[in-house]
Amino acid sequence: MKIQIDSEVCQGHGRCYDLAPSLFGDDDEGYGQVLRTGLVPPGEEQSARLAVANCPERAIELIEET
Amino acid sequence: MAADERFARDFREARGEEPEGTRNEIVTGPVSDWAADFSHTEPEWAADPYPIQDDLRQRCPIAHTERFGGGWLPTRYADVAAIAYDTERFSSRSIIMSNFRPPRDVAPIGGSPPISSDPPFHRDARKLLLPAFTKTAVARQEPATRALCHSLIDAFDGQVVVDAARDYAQHIPMRVIADMLGFPPADGPQFRQFVENTLEGINLPPDERIARMSALFDYLLAQIHDHIDNPREDLTTFLINAELYGRKLEPSHVAGTMALLLIAGIDTTWSAIGASLWHLARVPADRERLVADPALLPAALEEFLRAYAPVTMARLVKQDMQWHGADMKADDWILLSFPAANRDPAQFDRAAEVVIDRQVNRHAAFGLGIHRCVGSHLARMELRVALDVWLSRIPAFTLADPSAVTWSTGQIRGPRALPLRLG
Repeated sequence: MKIQIDSEVCQGHGRCYDLAPSLFGDDDEGYGQVLRTGLVPPGEEQSARLAVANCPERAIELIEET
Repeated sequence: MAADERFARDFREARGEEPEGTRNEIVTGPVSDWAADFSHTEPEWAADPYPIQDDLRQRCPIAHTERFGGGWLPTRYADVAAIAYDTERFSSRSIIMSNFRPPRDVAPIGGSPPISSDPPFHRDARKLLLPAFTKTAVARQEPATRALCHSLIDAFDGQVVVDAARDYAQHIPMRVIADMLGFPPADGPQFRQFVENTLEGINLPPDERIARMSALFDYLLAQIHDHIDNPREDLTTFLINAELYGRKLEPSHVAGTMALLLIAGIDTTWSAIGASLWHLARVPADRERLVADPALLPAALEEFLRAYAPVTMARLVKQDMQWHGADMKADDWILLSFPAANRDPAQFDRAAEVVIDRQVNRHAAFGLGIHRCVGSHLARMELRVALDVWLSRIPAFTLADPSAVTWSTGQIRGPRALPLRLG
C-alpha cells in the first residue's frame, strides 16, 4: 500500500499528520507531506485509511498494490 | 532606527472621510419565511440556527433574502464546498454580510488580507503568514496557554457557579493572540469591544459602524508606531518588516492583517471552547466518558468543531448568473454556512447527533479551499488545552440556568453567557 498527497489540492488542514504522524509530516508552511517514500509499513494500513478518510480536501490518494 | 515613512501619516486619510462603496436600507425584525427572508442577525437564528438550516436544506436548499441588499444561503455541504472552491465566480472582497459593500476595486486585496483577498494576490499574502501558524510553530504557545487555563480556574476560587464563557473561554484566545501580536495583555477588554463592533454591529447605522471600526484601527496604528520604535520578536514587527514583490507592505495591508488576526483569532476560539463546554454541561454521558478516557479528546473536539462550527463566512457574487437554480445577481451576498454544511445528512452519518468518538469526520469548520483558516492549528491547540485542563480540574459540571445562556449574533456563533454549576 502506498500513499501520496496532491499538493495542488492540499490546503494544510493537517488532519493527516494529526491522525497518522508516523506516515505524514508538515512542511514549513503547514502543508502535508508524505514521510519517506510513502510506502505504508505493515500494520499501519488502518491509520493510512483514517488519514485519507478525514482529509477535508480529499487530497490524499491511497494506492493498493496487489 | 529611521522613522518608517509609511506610517508617518494615517493611511486612512488618503481615502477620505466616507469610504466608497454601496449601502442598502437596513431591514430588521422577525423573519416570517426563512426561505425567502432569512437573516442571521435575528435572535431566533442566534438562539438555535440548526432547525432552521435543517428545514431549509430539505425544502430549498438555497434560501434567499432581500435584506442586506440581497443574498443567498446555501445549506447543503455540496453547495457550500462548490462556492468555497469557486473563486472565479465568488469574491472574498467582503466576508462579513452586512449593509455595506466595499467598492469592487478593493479586490483582489480587500481590507484584511488574506481573508479578504482573491487570487492571485491571495496566495502571496497568505504565504507570508503560514510559517507562524504551523502546528509546530503554535506548539510554542502551548505551555503558556496551559498555565493561563490553570490560572483562570485558580481564580474561580471556590465559587459554585462560574460563567465559563466570560471567565474562561474568552480569555484564552485573547491572551494567546495578544502575545503573538505583541500587544499588552491588559488590553484584553478593549479587544472584546473590537470583536463585538466588527462582528455583531452589522445592523448599526453606517456612520456608527464606521466610527467603531475607526477605534480598532486607531488602536492598531498606535501599536504599529510602538513596534516601529521598539521592534521585537512578534507578528506586528514581522508584518512591519515583511516584503511582497520586493517592497514593504502597504500600510493598509499591515493594519488590515493585524485586524484580521486580532478579530478572527479571538471570537472564533472563544466560541468553540464555550460551545464544547456547553455541550458537556448538558450531556453528562459524554462528559463522564471524556473524563474517564482523555485519549478520546482529539476525536471529541473534532466532533464539537463539526456540530458547533463557530464560523460562517460570506462571499459576493461577481456577475449575474444562474447558479444551481438560483438567479444570482452581481454583488448578491452568499452567506457561506460551514455549520449548515457540517450537519448535512448527505455528507455525514447521524449528522444531527454529537458522536464524540466519530472516526470519519471530514468537516468544514475551518473552511475549504484556498481560504482554509490560517489559525486552525492554533485554534485546535487552544481548544484541546482548554478542554483538557478544564476536565482535569473540574470533572463534574452542569448548566446552572439553561435560560441564562446567551449566544452571539451574526456570523460567529458561540455562548457569550454560560453559567455553569461546578461539582
